Parts: sequence; C-alpha cells; structure tokens
Amino acid sequence: MIPAAFEYARPTSIDEALQAIADGGDDVKVLAGGQSLIPVMRLRLAAPETVVDLGRVAELRGVRDDGDAIVIGAMTTHHDVMTDPLVQQHAPLIAEATETVADRQVRARGTFGGALVHADPAGDLPAVALALDAEFVIAGLQGRRTVPAADFFVDYLTTAVEEGELLVEVRVPKLAGEWGMRYEKFNRVAQAWSIVAVAAVVRREDGHIAEARIGLTNMGTTPLRATAAEAALAGAEATPEAIAAAARSAAEGTSPSSDLNAQADYREHLAQVLTRRAVTAAAGL
Amino acid sequence: MTQINVRVDGVTYTDDVEPRTLLVHYLREQLGKVGTVIGCDTSNCGACTVHLDGAAVKSCTVLAVQADGGEVTTIEGLAPNGGLHPVQKAFHEMHGLQCGYCTPGMIMASVDLLKENPDPSDTEVREGIEGNLCRCTGYQNIVRAVQQAAGEMRGAGSVSPAEVDTAAAPHVVGQA
Ligand SMILES: Cc1cc2nc3c(=O)[nH]c(=O)nc-3n(C[C@H](O)[C@H](O)[C@H](O)COP(=O)(O)OP(=O)(O)OC[C@H]3O[C@@H](n4cnc5c(N)ncnc54)[C@H](O)[C@@H]3O)c2cc1C
Ligand code: FES
Ligand code: FES
Repeated sequence: MIPAAFEYARPTSIDEALQAIADGGDDVKVLAGGQSLIPVMRLRLAAPETVVDLGRVAELRGVRDDGDAIVIGAMTTHHDVMTDPLVQQHAPLIAEATETVADRQVRARGTFGGALVHADPAGDLPAVALALDAEFVIAGLQGRRTVPAADFFVDYLTTAVEEGELLVEVRVPKLAGEWGMRYEKFNRVAQAWSIVAVAAVVRREDGHIAEARIGLTNMGTTPLRATAAEAALAGAEATPEAIAAAARSAAEGTSPSSDLNAQADYREHLAQVLTRRAVTAAAGL
Repeated sequence: MTQINVRVDGVTYTDDVEPRTLLVHYLREQLGKVGTVIGCDTSNCGACTVHLDGAAVKSCTVLAVQADGGEVTTIEGLAPNGGLHPVQKAFHEMHGLQCGYCTPGMIMASVDLLKENPDPSDTEVREGIEGNLCRCTGYQNIVRAVQQAAGEMRGAGSVSPAEVDTAAAPHVVGQA
C-alpha cells in the first residue's frame, strides 16, 4: 500500500521546522528516518495532513563533546551513533544496544531521536537512555526546555514532546569512576524487536557494587528502572551470588503485557535472567 | 507534486512526484527499474534494497522526495555495460538463489556489507544480511556466495565450485 496524500515541508533549520509544524494544520507529523512512520503511513494507520521532513536540518545531526556530557543530535542515524568515537568512549551501552536495532538498512535511515520519540515499549534505546540518566532537549516556538529521562517517557508511544515541539538533542552525562555497561536483549529471530531486554550500568568500588542502574525494555507501557534490584545491588559484594540474589527482584513493580511472543510471567522470568547476565557482565565478572 | 532531481544508476532524472510516492514505486513505475522488487508491506523482507547516497536502504521505506538531490544505485546499475559485479557473479556460481525473488536485495545488502567489512566471518555475513529474507535457499549458499565474492574482491581468488552445497537444491546437480 502507499500512504494517503499529504502536504510536504522540508525545512533546513530548527526554527523553520517549528514554523512548518505550526503552519501545517491539525494533524502534522514530523518525519525523521521514517523507519517507523513510513510503515505506519503505508498501512494507513496514520494519515497526517502535513509531513515535516527533518532530513535537511543539519543542526540536528551529529554527536559532540560538551564537557561533562556528550550530546547526540536527534537526527543522528543509528549507524552513525554506533560508529561514533565519543559514544563508544563514554556511552558504549548506546552503541551496543543500537547494534541490536533492526538491520543495517533500517539503521542507515532510522535515527536516535526518532526511536526515542516513537517510544515503542519494545524499542531498545528508551531503556538505555533511562539507565544512563540522559536528558532530553525539546524545542518549541516558545523556546527550549530540558526533561530528564525519568519524566520523558509518559505512556505507551507517548513522550514529553508535545504537539508543535521537536526533540533537538539528548545529553548523556559522562560517568566518573569505574563503570561497566551491558545490554542484554532477548529476541527469537533476526531483526526482531526485544521480547525483553535489560540495560545495566554498574559502578564498582573496592570489590563492591557502589551503584547499579538498570533499565528494562518491554516490561510495561514505558521503559522502567528495576528499582528494587538497584537497591539490592547498592553496596553489595561484586560476586555472582550477590548479583543473582538481587536480580530476583528485577521484575518487581513492572507490568509486562502478554502477547503472541510471550506471556507476562515469562517476561518477568526473562527480566530476572537478563538482569543477572547484564549486571554480571557490567560488573566485569 | 514536488520536483525531484535524482541520479539513478548514473543517469540524472528530473521528475514531478507526489510526496507520498515511495522510492521503490518511483524506481519501478516512473523509471522502469523493475529489477528492484517489492516483497512485503512491513519493511521486513529487504527485497527492495537499493543504495541511497552509498548506503543500503529499503526503498519501500523511503519517500522519493527524500532521495531528492541524492544518488541511487539499483541492482541494474551495480555493474557497468551488462557485466556482472563480483557479488552477482558469486551468487550465480555458488547457487545463492533459487526462485531469485530475494536476490536483488540480497546482493545490494551484501555489497554494502562488504564495503564496510571486506573480510567478514560467516556470522558477520549472516548479521549483515539479517534485513533480507529468503524463502527458498536456507541461506547456506547465500553466505557462501558472499564469502566467495569477498575473497574475489580482496584479490584472494575464488573457492572451488565443488564446495557448493547442492543438497538444498537437488535439481542443480542434474544441471551441473
Ligand atoms: C524492520 C524493522 C525492525 C525494527 N526493529 C527495531 C528493534 O529491534 N529495536 C528498535 O528499537 N527499533 C526497531 N525498529 C525501529 C527503528 O529503530 C526506527 O528507526 C525508530 O523506531 C524510528 O526512528 P526514525 O528516525 O525512523 O523515526 P520516524 O519513523 O521518522 O518517526 C517516528 C516517530 O517519532 C516522531 N519523531 C521523530 N523524530 C522526532 C523529533 N526529532 N522530534 C519530534 N518527533 C519526532 C515522528 O513524528 C514519528 O511519530 C525497527 C524498524 C523496522 C522497520
Ligand atoms: S518490500 Fe521493502 S522491505 Fe519488503
Ligand atoms: S531465492 Fe527465493 S526467496 Fe530467496
């Protein structure tokens, strides 16, 4: 099938894009890499009146060093994120998770920002952003605001980006100390979405786990932090036994769905197993 | 209608398209480049893979207007003057196809992979073409074909055709 007809705007700056969105009528969609939006439009599950294509807005692309953080432009493609030296140095978790997204063709077009604003519960990058305490810079005609990851993912396919606004960039704080990271994704076939995945970021100190941050993919309508497991890990010995014990609480407070791929109780089981594996690897064991 | 300028297989075209036109439909219906096929409605199968500005993309998941100012290579433009690209040649020699429907996309994805990784392991080949589905071959000979092409492109010579796995396609033995 082909998409329903729409008006097409191709701005070249953020200001022009915001104006095009404001002028676009009642139902405006922003087009980033199109790897989620075009399939949905082709199936006519979305039929926007106007499509504002961000493809020519150069200021939204690329990764830069900003002192205590790296800043990833919303329109940076998955391919460019994965291969970026700053990402590999300061946030290898992002590169590792992005490598598991879809396939090379989709990664050549799909963008970091698009995947985050799309906020699919099975998407790999939201839980990673949550585990890294990333901050989201959102622009509107009234100016810019910064939203922490904890407040960005609001509900199923819904984020803090309001109508008329754009995600501009994501700030990922650099971590000080001895940190390890790991993304463990469980899916059944090539290019498939996560049934469950776990993003772990762990700081070790003197043979102990000083701090652990655990993001869960597909354990609810939004990405979640495994707060009970995080609390159990704080100060725990960095041993396989201590990590296994803490990982048993990984699914506490989650509400996974049951669907064709898995029942909720199976997802809870996966969250525990994948948390154990991810934290073990992130702790360098 | 929106005017676009694209270079496709070395020829520059200026055309008016509806913004909703998918790149694959523009290539097939407006330019007659029917070597690029459509295999699904869900962006999964990869049959429609072409190169846009040097990277493999699924042309069913790109709007023609997004290719404006860009350079597209399809399976038809991969090798000049009716010749075969080493990857095309290897798919032929190693029986990397049966019905052939997935083949244009497989080849375009493989060429893209080898550009980035000229000496892949079998696992890297399988991961590199994970966006391309084949209903016939079971992938074994596709992986062999990509490895054979990689070897040839590195200048390492070719694997003997005796290593081809004909078990997956008994009729091929009769033809050999
Ligand atoms: C076959 C296939 C397999 C996939 N597998 C996976 C997978 O395993 N894991 C995974 O995480 N993802 C997967 N994806 C999705 C992929 O990651 C997409 O790239 C991503 O979901 C959307 O990014 P995009 O740049 O293509 O956004 P688009 O499709 O262009 O946009 C998505 C949505 O976000 C909005 N949007 C985009 N950018 C902005 C912005 N800057 N500001 C405001 N709104 C914006 C759009 O309006 C739209 O609603 C898969 C996709 C396909 C086709
Ligand atoms: S036709 Fe494009 S991915 Fe199937
Ligand atoms: S050869 Fe038939 S689909 Fe691959």
